[in-house]
Amino acid sequence: MPLHALTALVLAARTHAGLAGPANTAPFPFLNTLILVPAAAALVILFVPKKQTALIRAIGLVAAIGVLGIAAAVLDQFKTSTAGYQLVETHPFASGLGISWTVGVDGVSLFLMLMVAVLFPIALAGATEKENTKAFTVWVLIAEVGCMGSFLSLDLLLFFLFFELTLIPVYFLIVGWGRERRGPAATKFFLYTFAASAFLLVGILSLAFIHAGQSGVTTFDVIQLAHTHLSGTADVVLFLAFTAAFAVKAPMFPFHTWSPDAYATSPAGGVVVLAAVMAKLGTYGIVRFDLSLFPHAVVVLAPLLLSLGVAGIIYGGIVAAAQRDLGRLMAYSSLAHMGFIILGAFALTGEALSGAVLQMVNHGLYTAALFLLIAMIYRRWGTTDVRHLGGLQRKAPMMAAVFTLVMLASIGVPGLNGFIGEFLILAGTFLTHRWWAIVALVGVVLAAVYLLWAYQQVFHGPPAKAAAAPAPGAGRPFRELTVAEGLVMAPLVVLIVFLGVYPQPVLARITPTVDRIINQVEAAAHPHIPALGRASLSAAVTPASERHDHGFVLHAVLASHAIVGAGRPGAGTAPVQGRIPTKVASR
Amino acid sequence: MMARTLLAASTLSLPHVNYTAIMPELIALGGSLLLLAVAAVTPRRLPTTVYAAMTSGIGIASLVASLVLYHDVRQGGAFVAIAHSIDVDGFSVLVMTLASCVLILTPMLAAGFFEREGLGGCEYYALACISVGGAMLMGAANDLVLIFLALEVLSIPLYVMAGLDYRREGSGEAALKYFLLGAFSSAIFVYGIALVYGATGSTNLGEIAAFLAHNVLVANGVLYGGMALLIVGFGFKVAAVPFHMWTPDVYQGSPTPAVGFMASIAKVGGFAAFLRVFISTLPTLSQTWKPVLWVIVIITVLLGAIAALVQRDVKRMLAYSSINHAGFILLGLQAATAKGATGSLYYLFAYSLLILGSFGVIAVVGGRGDTGHSIERYRGLARRSPLLAGAFALLLLAQAGAPFTTGFFAKLYVVEAAVAAHSYALAAVAMVSAAIAAFFYLRVVFVMFADTRLAEAPAGDAALVQAAGAPAVSAVGASGSGVFEPAVAGGGGVLLAEAPVRLEEETATPEASATGEEIRDGAVSAWTWSGLILTVGATVVFGIWPQPLVDFAQHAHLLF
Repeated sequence: MPLHALTALVLAARTHAGLAGPANTAPFPFLNTLILVPAAAALVILFVPKKQTALIRAIGLVAAIGVLGIAAAVLDQFKTSTAGYQLVETHPFASGLGISWTVGVDGVSLFLMLMVAVLFPIALAGATEKENTKAFTVWVLIAEVGCMGSFLSLDLLLFFLFFELTLIPVYFLIVGWGRERRGPAATKFFLYTFAASAFLLVGILSLAFIHAGQSGVTTFDVIQLAHTHLSGTADVVLFLAFTAAFAVKAPMFPFHTWSPDAYATSPAGGVVVLAAVMAKLGTYGIVRFDLSLFPHAVVVLAPLLLSLGVAGIIYGGIVAAAQRDLGRLMAYSSLAHMGFIILGAFALTGEALSGAVLQMVNHGLYTAALFLLIAMIYRRWGTTDVRHLGGLQRKAPMMAAVFTLVMLASIGVPGLNGFIGEFLILAGTFLTHRWWAIVALVGVVLAAVYLLWAYQQVFHGPPAKAAAAPAPGAGRPFRELTVAEGLVMAPLVVLIVFLGVYPQPVLARITPTVDRIINQVEAAAHPHIPALGRASLSAAVTPASERHDHGFVLHAVLASHAIVGAGRPGAGTAPVQGRIPTKVASR
Repeated sequence: MMARTLLAASTLSLPHVNYTAIMPELIALGGSLLLLAVAAVTPRRLPTTVYAAMTSGIGIASLVASLVLYHDVRQGGAFVAIAHSIDVDGFSVLVMTLASCVLILTPMLAAGFFEREGLGGCEYYALACISVGGAMLMGAANDLVLIFLALEVLSIPLYVMAGLDYRREGSGEAALKYFLLGAFSSAIFVYGIALVYGATGSTNLGEIAAFLAHNVLVANGVLYGGMALLIVGFGFKVAAVPFHMWTPDVYQGSPTPAVGFMASIAKVGGFAAFLRVFISTLPTLSQTWKPVLWVIVIITVLLGAIAALVQRDVKRMLAYSSINHAGFILLGLQAATAKGATGSLYYLFAYSLLILGSFGVIAVVGGRGDTGHSIERYRGLARRSPLLAGAFALLLLAQAGAPFTTGFFAKLYVVEAAVAAHSYALAAVAMVSAAIAAFFYLRVVFVMFADTRLAEAPAGDAALVQAAGAPAVSAVGASGSGVFEPAVAGGGGVLLAEAPVRLEEETATPEASATGEEIRDGAVSAWTWSGLILTVGATVVFGIWPQPLVDFAQHAHLLF
C-alpha cells in the first residue's frame, strides 16, 4: 500500500479518535444524564409539599448520589490514553441561532465533572439549613445542573448558558440562607460576574462570526472554532473578553473583590458550591477556551497573566494572614490558590498545566472540607471570628484532627493532595518562567503562616481568650463532631489522602489532553514564542523517548519524587496521541 | 345590485378585497363590536369575567386565523393584497400571531383587577380588541398612509385605557399626558410621511423602495427630513430615548393591567412598522439612518437601565426597564439585516409575554385602589405568597436575561445580529446595560425573598444601592437626575441620603399593614393564575427548549 495512503488512513482514524467522531460517541447518554438527573429531581421536588422535609432531602440526596454513580460509570468508560473528547453527544437545541447541545468529556473536564459529582451530595448532606429545605434543595440541584453543564459543554453558547445559570441558584442560596450582611454580598457577587459575562458573550459571538465569515458556517462548536484565523489584534481583544469573565469567576487578582463578602456570608451548602465548584468554572474556562481558541494571545500575554497569578498568590497570602474571620481568610486563601492555578495554566508546559488541572480538583476538595468545618463551628457558637474562638481542641479533638489534616492539605504538605498540584505547577513554571516560580514559592510559606495561625487561634490557645470576648453562642457547649458530620467529612478526607498518596490514575488521564492542548498552543504560536519558552515548549512535542529523558532530568533536579514519573504511564503513548490534533489544526 | 350599478357608473374603481389576507384584523376589530353589542343588548350588567372570556375567545380566533395565514404563506409564498396596501409575508403573520397572543393573555391578567376595583364593563376589552387590530395592521401595512391609520387605531384606545380608572387623579393625568404627546408625535409622523411622499412620489412602501433603488436623488434633504420625522414618530411609540419622556408618568398613572397591555402592544405595533419601513423600504439609505439609530440605541439602553436604578416605584422602574428593552429591540433594527428583523421580532415575543405577566403580578400586589406600588410593599412577599413572588422573580430574572428563559435567547438573538453586522461596540454596551439592569431586577427579587425578620435587611438593601450600584449610579444618576427625572425630585442626586430616607420608611409602617390588606396566593383569582401560568410557562418552556420558537421566528422574512 502506498505510504501516503496509509498515512492518510491513520490520520483519519486518529482524527476520529482525537476529535468528536462516531468512534467516540456514547453507548448510553451518560453525560446528558449527568445534567438531566439533578434537573429532573429539582422538578420533582417542586411538586412535593413543603412540609415533607425528610422526603425532599431524600430525593435530593438520592439524585446527587445517582449523579455520582453515573459519573463513576463515565470514569469507567473513559479511555485513559485518549487526548480528544469522549462520549460526545450532539442534539439540536436552537439551531436557528447556531447553538447545538453538544457535550463531551476529556482529561481536563473528567475530574472536574467527578469533583462536581462528589461535592454536591456532600453539600446537600452537610447543609444544616433547617428553614425551607425545599427551596434550598432545589437551588442546590439547579446549581449542580449549571456546574455539570458548564464542565461538559462543547458548544460555546451552551457553555455560556450553563455558566450563567450557576449565578442564579447561588444568588438565592446567599440571599435565602446567608449570614449577616448577605444582601450586599449577594448582589455584588451577581453583578460582578454578570457584567463580566457580558464581555464573554460578545466575545463568543464575535469569534463565531469571524469564523462564519471564513468558513461560511455559523457554529459555536469549540473544536471547529479552534480553526479560526484571527488577526493579532482580534486575538488579543477576544482573549481579554473571554478572560475577563473567567478572571472574575475564578476569582483572579485583581478581580476578586466580590469573593470575600460572598464567601463569608454564604451558608455552608452555598459556599461549597460557590468556592469549591463554581470558582473552578473560571479556571476551567481559561484552560479549555483561552488556551485552545487564542494560542497567539496566550503566548503574548502569558507574562501578564503569570504576574497577576503571582500577585494573587502573594497578595492573597498576606491579606489572608490579616483576617480575623475564618470565611474571609478562606476567601483570600482561595485567591492565592487560584493564583497557583493561573500560574500553571499560563506557564505553557505539560507539567504545569497538568498540575493546574489537578490543583483545581484538589482545591475543590479541601476548600469544601474547610468551609464545611467552618460552618460546623459557626453552627455551634454562631461566629467564625477567631477573636471569639479558642481552645476548641480540648472540647472537640476529633474535629481538630480533621481540621488539621485538611489544613495541611491546603498548605501543601507532601502526602496530601495539595502538594502534588502545587509541586507540578511550580516545577513546570520553573522551566519556562523561573522568576515567577521563585516568587510564587513565597506563597507556599505564606499559606503555612496564615493557616497555622488560624488553627492556633481557634483550636489551641487558652479558652480564657474566648471567654474574654465571648461568641454569641458561647454559652452553649461546643460539641464534638457528630456521626452525621463525620460521615459528611469522611469521603473528603479519604479523597484528600488518596490523591496525595496515589495521584497516578488521575494524572494518567489528565496528561494526554494536557499534552494536546500544549501542542496546539505550541503549533499555533511557534513563531512568537519568546526564546526562554521555546526550549521547554519544543520539549513538549519531542518524541516520547527524549521527552522521558527530559522528565527524568527535571525530577532529578527538583525533587527526585516518584509521583510525576509514575504519574505518566502514558508517557510512551500520550505524545503520539497528543500530536494528532496539532496536525489537524495545521492542515 | 343598486350599489354595484352606482359603482359602475362612478369612475371610482374599488380594488378587489382579499378578506383572508386581513382576517385576523377583521376578527379583532369585529370582536370589539361584538363585545359592545353584547354589552348593549344584555339587560343586566354582565360580570367582567364574561367579557374577559369573550375577549380571550376572540384572541384565540384571531390566533387561529393568523396561523392559517402563516400556513398559507409557508405553502404559497408571500403576497400583497388589496391594491398593494397589505403585505402578507412571514413577518406580518408573525406579528399577527404575537398580537393575538397578547389579546388572549390581556383579559386573563386584567379580569381580577377590574373585578376588585369594581370597574366592570366591556370598555377595556373592546378597546383592547381595537388596539390589537391596529397593531396587526401596523405589521401588515404596505403603505405609509395605512401605517398612519393603523397607528391611530392602535393608539387612541390606549389613551382611553390610560384614563379608565376615572376615580384616581393619576389615571386622568396619565391619559392626558399620553394623549397630548401622542397626538403631537402623530402629527410629526404625518409630516414625515408627507416629506417622504414629496421626495419619492409615492406612499406605497414597495414603490418607494423601487424608486430609491433606481434613482439617485441629487438634493435629498426632503427625504432625509422625512426619514428623521418618521424616526421621531416611531421613536415616540416605542419609547426610545429621547422620545421616552411620557413613559414613566403614563406607566405610573395608568391602571396597572392597561400598562402591561400598552407596554406590549404599542411596542409590537410600533416596532413592526418601524422594522418594515426601515429595513425593507429604506435599506438603500441605511448608511444614513444606521448612525442615527446607533446613537439612539446607546442612549436608550443606558438611560433605561440607569434611570431605573433610582426608582422606588415598581411601575416606574418597569417603565424605565421597558425603555431598556426598547433599546435592545432597536439593536436588531440597527443591524439592518433580515437576521436583525427576526431577532427584534423574537425579542418582541419574549418581551410582550414577560411584561404582560409582570404587570399582572403588579396589579395583584398593588392592592385595592391600585396605589401600592412602592418597592416596600414587596418586602417579604415570598413569605406571604410564595407562588406570586416566585412567578414575579422568574419574570424579572427573565427580563434581566437569565439563561434558560426566553429573555436570554431574545437578548442573544439581537446581540448576535448586531455582532454579525459588525456593531461590536454597540453589542458590548447593550450587554453591559443588561448587567446594570440586572441590578434593579435583583433588588426587587431580594426584597421579596429576604427575611423581613432580620434587622439587617433594610440596612443591607440600602447599602446595596450604594455598594453595588457603584459609580455608574452615583455619577450618571446624580448628573442626569435633573435632566430626565424631574418627577422623582432629584432622585439620583440624593442617592447618598438614601439610607436615612429608608430608615424613615421603615419606622413608618409599610403600606401593606397600613391598609390592613395582605396579599395571599389563595386570594388571587383563577384568571390571573391562568395568565401567569401561560406567561411564565412560555418563558421557561421556550427557554429550556428554544428550538420551536427560534424556528418559528426564522420564518419572519420580510417580503422584500
